[in-house]
Amino acid sequence: MSLAQGGVPRILIADDEAPARSRLRDLLDEVRETFPLAIVDEARTGKEVLAAVNKEKIDVVLLDIRMPEMDGMEAARHLAGMEQPPAIIFTTAFDGYAIKAFEVNAIDYLLKPIRAERLLAALNKARGGGNVTRQALAAAANQPRKHLSVHERGKIHLVPLADVLYLRAELKYVTVRTAEREYLVEESLTHLEEEFESLFVRIHRNCLVARAAITGFERNAEESESGWAVVIKSTGEKLPVSRRQHHVVKQFR
Amino acid sequence: MLRSLLIANLFMAAAALLRAGTLQDFGTEFMVMAAFCEPILIASLAVLCLARRLLHSMGYATSLLAILVFEVVLALIAANLGTNLLPGRVGLSLVQVALLALFVTTCILAYFDLRARALSPAVAEARIQALQARIRPHFLYNSINAVLSLMRSEPRRAERALEDMADLFRVLMADNRTLAPIANEVELARQYLAIESLRLGDRLKVSWRIDGMPGDALVPPLVLQPLVENAVYHGIEPSPQGGEIAIDVGVSAGQLHMTLTNPLPGETRHTAGNKMALANIRERLQLHFDAEASMKSEVIDGTYRVTIRMPYLTAQA
Repeated sequence: MSLAQGGVPRILIADDEAPARSRLRDLLDEVRETFPLAIVDEARTGKEVLAAVNKEKIDVVLLDIRMPEMDGMEAARHLAGMEQPPAIIFTTAFDGYAIKAFEVNAIDYLLKPIRAERLLAALNKARGGGNVTRQALAAAANQPRKHLSVHERGKIHLVPLADVLYLRAELKYVTVRTAEREYLVEESLTHLEEEFESLFVRIHRNCLVARAAITGFERNAEESESGWAVVIKSTGEKLPVSRRQHHVVKQFR
Repeated sequence: MLRSLLIANLFMAAAALLRAGTLQDFGTEFMVMAAFCEPILIASLAVLCLARRLLHSMGYATSLLAILVFEVVLALIAANLGTNLLPGRVGLSLVQVALLALFVTTCILAYFDLRARALSPAVAEARIQALQARIRPHFLYNSINAVLSLMRSEPRRAERALEDMADLFRVLMADNRTLAPIANEVELARQYLAIESLRLGDRLKVSWRIDGMPGDALVPPLVLQPLVENAVYHGIEPSPQGGEIAIDVGVSAGQLHMTLTNPLPGETRHTAGNKMALANIRERLQLHFDAEASMKSEVIDGTYRVTIRMPYLTAQA
């Protein structure tokens, strides 16, 4: 957590249940006596968390895991991609799977009902740095994300995976192509391939195509080693299929 | 009842197989035998059903004897009729008919005796206890959390919530092996929903359609609450706007039916837990009502619906 000059930690409360949020407020008010802080905002879904973070400076997110629309796990993964991510303190009532995954990946969490002392300890730890890493979060997640996040000028922009036509690796980045435009994300194509195995198919060393975006295959002897190219839905682009991935053509035809 | 019909028919099929040399003959043999046997079966089931209170009052041994005598007499009457209607067909003497009827009846009674021993009391009770719906731990901790949040601002509501929780857990911890009035089940579900609405606020809407419900109908305890819990977990919690759970209870054609519907937002995760709760209820229905109760679940236009049917029983009957 990197604080603004001379400021106190700015906290965001994220939980879909109103009583849970008000309980956290009460506890934070108690903690405030020994640990100065500011409650900046509240969020009810993972998407609201990202919107709040885009709007104002947040140092700590108290993040419920089970939330509608976008759960805490996915929100945390998008936050972790930020240049200066807020510290994340997960909260959960009971979630056998998440707790086990957190233990394995050394991610801290608070169990509801939360005690003031525990909350204070977690806030102190967050102040000392030691943020959860993207890798740990990815390893602890039990399901793929529903969005990719693009980080531009400190803001998080979400691209729904359903909109993605293909992913292409370039040097340091991966280009995410939708019908409207292109985005750059700082992720590895191999990890993306693993996470979204059911949605994408590799047609080339540097390219994953959304299965739903394939409208057909064309013979293309000049540019493609395999002699085939994939035709992409709505943009009509033709992407070469490598010799090694030639079997994909057969699989779809 | 269904089972005795089935067994008698199996016997008939076996007999037909024995009598018929070829597979073609089997069909015709079976039909002729059915014409002879089915009226006996149905008549005896009807009489036994009507006389069940009398039989109950007679004690086990006497009632067994009464049933055996009755079946033999019935078979003899039918055999007499049969020889008159279909001369030349029946190759059995009256003694043979009597022995056959005695044999089949004994087999059926023995089967039910075995089954009753296997299912009750010790075995079935232990199983029912093991099957008792287990509430999600998630619910317990979340509710405690919700009550804690009310303690300072709304102590009255916190009190009421704790009272509801106490009632709910009293029932969960109780001995739930015998059937209980459905009115209790409905009250329990209401208390459960009251606790959940504390957490979920306007997101949880409930509509009760129970005007036609006979409050004294007997049902297995904890048949409704786990369904309602499922509906909240899968239908309401995953949606930021929430939705409506509709609960319908009524009687038609001597059957008690309960229908529960909830929206199905987004993709359905946690299906494993859901199936477990449903399987648990299904098994308990079977232990109490055998084949005469049924449960089915379906998805219609983004709505999830569970329907349970069971015989309409009351404490007096």
